[in-house]
Amino acid sequence: MLRRSFYPIIAIMAALAVSALLILAAGRDPVVIFGKMIQMTFGSDYGTGQIMFRMTSLIFTGLAVAIPFRVKLFNIGGEGQLLGGAFAAAVAGALLPEQTPAMAAVIIACLAAMMTGGSLGFLSGWLKIRHDVNEVISTIMLNFLAAAAVSYLLTSHMAVPSTAHTPDIIAQARIAGIDDIADIWRKAPANFSMLLAAAACASSYLLLYKTRFGYEMRATGLQSEAARYAGIDTSFHRLAAMTAGGAVAGLGAANLVLGYKHSFEAGLTSGLGFTGIAVALLAYAHPLWIVPSALLFGFLEYGGLAVNAYVPKDIFMIVQAVIIIVVMITARKS
Amino acid sequence: MYAVELSGISKTFGNVRANDDVSLQVSAGSIHAIAGENGAGKSTLTHIIYGMLSPSSGTMKISGREVSFSSPRDAIEAGIGMVHQHFMLVRNQTVAENIILGREKTPLAGIMKRRNISEDIASMAERHDMALDPDAIVGELSVGEEQRVEILKLLYRNASVLILDEPTAVLTPGETAQLFSTLRSLKREGKTVILITHKLDEVLEISDTVSVMRRGNITATVPTSSVSKKDLARMMVGRDVLLRVNNPPSEPGPEVLDINALSLVDRKRRRVLDELSLSVRTGEIYGIAGVEGNGQNELLDILWGMHDRESRITGSIRISGTDLIGLSPKEIADMGVSHIPGDRLRHGVIREFSVSENMLFGRHRETCFHRFGGFRRESVLRFTEEMTALFDIRYSPGPDIPVSMLSGGNQQKIVLARELNRPGLKLLLLAHPTRGVDIGAIELIHRCIVEARRNGLAILLVSSELDEIIALSTRIGCMYKGRIRHEFAPEHVTEGRFHQKEFEKEIGMHIT
Repeated sequence: MLRRSFYPIIAIMAALAVSALLILAAGRDPVVIFGKMIQMTFGSDYGTGQIMFRMTSLIFTGLAVAIPFRVKLFNIGGEGQLLGGAFAAAVAGALLPEQTPAMAAVIIACLAAMMTGGSLGFLSGWLKIRHDVNEVISTIMLNFLAAAAVSYLLTSHMAVPSTAHTPDIIAQARIAGIDDIADIWRKAPANFSMLLAAAACASSYLLLYKTRFGYEMRATGLQSEAARYAGIDTSFHRLAAMTAGGAVAGLGAANLVLGYKHSFEAGLTSGLGFTGIAVALLAYAHPLWIVPSALLFGFLEYGGLAVNAYVPKDIFMIVQAVIIIVVMITARKS
Repeated sequence: MYAVELSGISKTFGNVRANDDVSLQVSAGSIHAIAGENGAGKSTLTHIIYGMLSPSSGTMKISGREVSFSSPRDAIEAGIGMVHQHFMLVRNQTVAENIILGREKTPLAGIMKRRNISEDIASMAERHDMALDPDAIVGELSVGEEQRVEILKLLYRNASVLILDEPTAVLTPGETAQLFSTLRSLKREGKTVILITHKLDEVLEISDTVSVMRRGNITATVPTSSVSKKDLARMMVGRDVLLRVNNPPSEPGPEVLDINALSLVDRKRRRVLDELSLSVRTGEIYGIAGVEGNGQNELLDILWGMHDRESRITGSIRISGTDLIGLSPKEIADMGVSHIPGDRLRHGVIREFSVSENMLFGRHRETCFHRFGGFRRESVLRFTEEMTALFDIRYSPGPDIPVSMLSGGNQQKIVLARELNRPGLKLLLLAHPTRGVDIGAIELIHRCIVEARRNGLAILLVSSELDEIIALSTRIGCMYKGRIRHEFAPEHVTEGRFHQKEFEKEIGMHIT
């Protein structure tokens, strides 16, 4: 077990070595580039805030993969679930009457997001248990479906005329930025939906490891036949896990829409759902390890962007891919 | 001259010494049994001889010549062949095609002389008392016939040493007798047979020499005629073992399980159960004897609510008068029924769960273990400790280790403890309770089963081990093609225990 927890570190080291070589190939000194990267991310107040913002989104989409993974289902649909959720939150937040109390407005917008993401997850789960449709295929297809539906609704019905975004949500539905309250991460998009992400991780962990529901769910994931012998309704747990995964992905809207943009615009989710797969894999689908894993990927994303003037940021996308491949190799051995 | 001679063979996997300085001499033209419990190192040793594993140290001689195999291909070249527990045949080809596969003796594009090949094979089979049609499709053969194909494959490749890994595990008593006559015939022809088995009666019946393995070592190699069953058991376990559980006569009470004219037609429209009727009363063990694949698994599936919902069921099953068909496993368990599945590792435990988590498995809905939405840790631990003491379950360091680290016997004791202590238990469905379990643990498991029966439990026992059925059962039903073909009354069973061999033959006639 101890050795198993070293594998992600090996993976990260290997990926760093690869990126060093690539930076060399791009004609730059890796030490200098890494130095700049640290300096412009964790080394700066704004950079840290940016990483925290990205980490928050990735926690949601990482959990969206990790929870179904516990019952041996692979949710590739985080992107579509987040997109649908973000759109629903933006629409709900904009349609709410101005005098809605702040707490209620946030909760309603979040519920709209979770229900939309959750329905997409539920649909894939239902297709799996009722019609034996592979969930990888159905979630990928639902990604297309969600993207098309959102794009149609946005351009034809919801967008502010001659723009590609929805009207702003009401002020009460907004989640405060960290810099609104504290004197850190000024001007960075990080906001208090970070707490929501932390709560999602903690409650997933507690649910999975401390409750009877989680006990049944883990048994279903490890040996579903044995679970059926023990009188556990494995179909229910599969469906529940897929639905929960979709709902958590949708909840990512809290960070993107309620906490940052305050509206929905095309391209808002930009592949966060897919990076969530990598986050979950690196964390071995453990809800608490999701946090450092999301932090790392948030760092790589923003760090790559920050040094884009010196080396192409694509190098750091390669790093992300290498980490996942190495994790998969080592996971097989253990 | 020895056909196979090993000296100082060791094989380590990580920290585990699977074989530790093993030396073994197998005389040419003899039947040499290697007996030992699960995990004693038998498989590792045979895999080394067959070239599937290379030893960490030590030397091996075949017919006096030192060899070192890097793959089974080398072993086959040297005249060694192996029949695995799971056959390796192409199911949609004929017997003859399977036998010559890889040894076609014609150019790749040449035309095979099928007639000659078939004749060769038929005569070879006949010479060794193996009835077999060379042109039959393998997929349509019985398990015993498939095994004959495997043996013929080796003979066709001129193997002089044949290794058979637990060959009788899948055979009917009749097929076993036929296999033994084949082995004797091979021996007469000068072939050497190495027989891996844990069945002591078979060792005594067929082998010339027996080597006993324990914890990676060969503890003794002796002429079979010089030892008794008791001696062998002692050598295997390291202490005296009670081979036959004390089973006092029972006084059955009211009927608990009543199965009436139960038929099952599966989704491929095969009639798997055919008007099967039986009943089990409190305080009795109803043993179902039968060759695997005669509907036992399907019967257990229906009884536990696990059957394929696409299949068609007629007839009735009642537990103390309540209809059971259509209920879920949870609802059936709530009626006071426990099920110990035959495939423990796949169905009985969650391998990655800890000992205490497995103690709770299937009983986690009982409120005495609950606190809020989770479990009451103290009561779970107390229950685990109680059961551990009561059933002599051994693990170290504590109940938090995954159950996969335990031996088969200890895993089975966990399942048994959990299921026998279900509150309000009336009926136990018990499948293959000692499969893959060490002789030492069998003793305890049999004792617990008889004890539970004496305390008034009704038990339906399914086992492919006839001696287990005979030792435990109050009544015995012989299952053949989905129905109980014959039932032995309690007096007959008690009587039968005194002349086991004949009784086994008698049962054998009803199940084939």
